[in-house]
Amino acid sequence: MERDDLIVNDSYAPMANHTEEQGVKIRKKIWQVTALLSIITAVEIAMGIFLSDRAAGIWPYVKWSFIIMTVVKAAYIVLIFMHLGDETKSLRKYILYPYFIFIAYMIFLFLYEGFNVFTY
Amino acid sequence: MAGHVENVSAAEAWEGGRSPFNVTYGKMMMWFFLVSDALTFGGFLVALGFAKASADSWPVADEVFYHFPFVDHSFHLPLIYVALMTFILIVSSVTMVLAVEAGHRMDKKGVTKWLGWTIVGGAIFLGSQAWEWYTFISGAEGEMATLVNNPYSPEIKYANYFFFITGFHGFHVFTGVIINIIIWMQVRKGVMHERGHYEMVEKIGLYWHFVDLVWVFVFTFFYLV
Repeated sequence: MERDDLIVNDSYAPMANHTEEQGVKIRKKIWQVTALLSIITAVEIAMGIFLSDRAAGIWPYVKWSFIIMTVVKAAYIVLIFMHLGDETKSLRKYILYPYFIFIAYMIFLFLYEGFNVFTY
Repeated sequence: MAGHVENVSAAEAWEGGRSPFNVTYGKMMMWFFLVSDALTFGGFLVALGFAKASADSWPVADEVFYHFPFVDHSFHLPLIYVALMTFILIVSSVTMVLAVEAGHRMDKKGVTKWLGWTIVGGAIFLGSQAWEWYTFISGAEGEMATLVNNPYSPEIKYANYFFFITGFHGFHVFTGVIINIIIWMQVRKGVMHERGHYEMVEKIGLYWHFVDLVWVFVFTFFYLV
């Protein structure tokens, strides 16, 4: 039987177990993602230390690269570590779309107000 | 459980023959909880963005967080300890995903080992957070940081946001460590093995990764940007 949320004979029926060979492959992927996340974090730290001058002309670029690197890290954590990439497409959309709609609206609203609220 | 069903096959209960999302009830609910929790943290960070955008000036984290445990405070090590904390939390996320992987192979020893290291990582992070708070509150030049005052900038909101954002996250880490310890004890006793699957480890794993995920954003928007 495929995985579902029904309780059959008092127990759940998750059938997501995998074999030793599959495990080797999955672990390899985990370590690759770990290396990537560590490298991105190291780059962020280096930029944070050496390029953190707010007055410098490159600061807007530094700031946006921080934000982009953060989103990349977040994507890897959610899709690989939290296995959302392995779930059905419908579940993935169900989780992500409403969140992005709300959060995009909120970011727009608060930052727009923030930049204008005390300027009168 | 109310409305408990016995011996109902998925084919009878679902018109399509199976649950449309193909996940168990518990995992789905964990995702729902995480989405709502992510909106709460989103609210915090967006409020921080509002404060920063409307403030005349905002302290640069490099000039506030440059201490390191057991190192004299005259040494300036900007963000190094925060970076180390970030790394510890990422590593504990990795050990958690390895615990979940071991669970899928019904490897009780592997789950015990990796979940154990996850607990250790979480505990180190919590200790670091406590130290960070202590150092932050101690302040500079004899002036202490409180909710209504901070020695780092004329912007009184600064300490407020530090306490609320890192505090709310720290409380999540604390809760996560407690939950991990409970499940670790159950795994050791063989509860999951008897059940035939380690989905509970997967569910607490989701929560633990979420805590790491939030820290990634806190790190960027509180400390870096």
